[in-house]
Amino acid sequence: MSTDQITGAGLDEATSAEPAGAVAFVDSKVGEISQTQLMIRRFKQSKLAVIALFILIFLYLIALFAPFLSPNDPVQVDQAYKYAAPSSLTWSGGPAMCTVTQEIDPVNITTTYVKDCSNPIPLQIFGQGFEYKFLGLIPTSRHLIVAPEGEAKLMLFGGDGNGRDIFSRTLYGSRVSLTIGVFAVAIATILGSIMGTWSGYAGGRTDTIIQRVIEIIQSVPTLPLWATMAAVLPQDITVTQRFILMSIILSLLAWTGLARQLRGKVMGYASSDYVSAAKSAGAKTPRIITTHLLPNSASHIVAVAMLAIPATIIAETTLSFLGIGMTEPGISWGVLLKDAQRIDVIQQFPWVMLPAVFVIVAITCFQLVGDGVRDAVDPYS
Amino acid sequence: MLLFILRRLGWGVFTLFCVSLLTFFIIELAPGSAVDSEIERLRAMGSTVSTEQVEALEEQYGANDPWIVKYGKWIGGLLRGDAGMSFAFREPVADVIGSRIALSLALGIGATLLAWAVAIPIGVYSATHRYTLGDNIITLIQFIGLAIPEFLLALGVMVAAVQFGGLDVGGLFSNEYRNAPWSMDKFVDMLAHLWMPVLVISVTSTAWLTRVMRANLFDVLGQQYVQTARAKGVAERKVIWKHAVRNALHPLVMALGATISGLMGGELVVSIIFNLPTLGQALFQTLITKDTYVAATILVIMAAILIIGNIVSDLLLAWVDPRARVMG
Repeated sequence: MSTDQITGAGLDEATSAEPAGAVAFVDSKVGEISQTQLMIRRFKQSKLAVIALFILIFLYLIALFAPFLSPNDPVQVDQAYKYAAPSSLTWSGGPAMCTVTQEIDPVNITTTYVKDCSNPIPLQIFGQGFEYKFLGLIPTSRHLIVAPEGEAKLMLFGGDGNGRDIFSRTLYGSRVSLTIGVFAVAIATILGSIMGTWSGYAGGRTDTIIQRVIEIIQSVPTLPLWATMAAVLPQDITVTQRFILMSIILSLLAWTGLARQLRGKVMGYASSDYVSAAKSAGAKTPRIITTHLLPNSASHIVAVAMLAIPATIIAETTLSFLGIGMTEPGISWGVLLKDAQRIDVIQQFPWVMLPAVFVIVAITCFQLVGDGVRDAVDPYS
Repeated sequence: MLLFILRRLGWGVFTLFCVSLLTFFIIELAPGSAVDSEIERLRAMGSTVSTEQVEALEEQYGANDPWIVKYGKWIGGLLRGDAGMSFAFREPVADVIGSRIALSLALGIGATLLAWAVAIPIGVYSATHRYTLGDNIITLIQFIGLAIPEFLLALGVMVAAVQFGGLDVGGLFSNEYRNAPWSMDKFVDMLAHLWMPVLVISVTSTAWLTRVMRANLFDVLGQQYVQTARAKGVAERKVIWKHAVRNALHPLVMALGATISGLMGGELVVSIIFNLPTLGQALFQTLITKDTYVAATILVIMAAILIIGNIVSDLLLAWVDPRARVMG
């Protein structure tokens, strides 16, 4: 602390005695920070965005280790656990769960859950469960926490209409829901960058045609058009094929906004002095685009792309909820929420809505991070 | 001005033509056709359908024509005002659309008005009280409003209404009014069924418009003429509402066209959940039942509404902002 004050004082003296030299010294130090570092610094200033980024990283880790974290096989149907209530946890020399018996009133056909914590079932940490491949490589059957096999099932979020574990399904669902939006936006970004740069740089007739095409695509309401494209997908395709086709469908409409934004940026750069200088030095169009225009717009592209992700995640969830996006046997948050389509089901078994919490948290975080990135990249916009 | 409107309308018609080609092409990609479903339905009802009958049906509906021929038949019919019969609804397509378009427009316009009525005062408060507790709370609510998918919000509102209010939700009318002739009571009953969907549809655009309003008003408040007004002693209330807000409204009018697309998406989802007979719900029904031509027709009608909405918002902009008139 004291040394700081001394150098600071010294600097002041130097400034008053020899202003030019001291200023140059300070300037050169500022110049040592690269553009990227500056952006990271500005990003860190927004506390909300940083917190949101950590939550997102946490969610992606959950998606990556979903099988390990899941106590139960997400596709295993079990009539005994149909709409089972979430397991209630307790402590008895270690984590344990109460036994819950489900009683169906035959007259009113309502289900009541009787909890009995006098005889808790101890839970096993790193216990044996269903078999899977850790990170897709190492075959194992160890899970973070499971109920002893055969005795009971640990259902943290309860069971769905087929007695499948909603918690495990939510973890598995994050794999599709968190990647499909990013994947779709990645395709859209490539398409949008090419079309936007081309349109903005070429100008004239090319620009007009591309802009008109974008206008035509944008003159069909987005969600209805997405729904139409999703509905014409054949029913008999595999989950992976459906995932890829859905991402392409989402990207087919998402690119127009990106292209528009980028065109504006590129038009600004294209009329700048350094591009004219490069042109008069004999640089060819591909070189100008790849060495002058794209690197300059790169940070802007990232910001716009980040802000496009929430809308695609909402679209996938909505379409899956309506039954025309991802479908069974695929698992995504929207597919899980399909169970919550009927009011009486939600009223009786409110835990079928729990995956919605994940949807809302993920979308909020993407929005906050997107806002943070935009502010860091483009502080004046 | 007239030339500007005519030019916009002409371009709108061309756009609509391109949209019809595009949607028809997408819909024709679907495997299976309404004829197949119809044959299956006949078989399920117990009648035997011979190969000749199948061929006759396919001949009648032109199921084996190349898509451009089908497109010609379809668009020709549309231009003559004959959109054919719907397999899914078992009534003429024109009736299906005609009976639904009014409700769709009412929902959309209602949601827009509500969004504006809420977004402007809140945006003004937010911009004039930047970074205070109130502003931060509003910003947080905005983010949540943007993050909750409409279908979740609709489900939440419905459950809350049933659970705590004991309200009758879903559909357009209560049971006793369903087949009753129009009366004041029936109208009130309809409004009681419509306010919730309107509320849900408007949430996303309200959140977005509040943000736009806040950012714009903040920019305008920093301008020198606002400072001048304050310096000469104009009351702060008047400075904000008369000098600043008026100039901050233009981007909101510009955003009107952009919000229509979002409103239509919201209407589709919300009316499926609330079981309202709107265009969006009809589109969904026809998509599921592979009633392809009707789906394409509805999509084109929706695009037409969007295009007209955009022209209207351009005209509104020219009306509130003389600078925009030069563009035409």
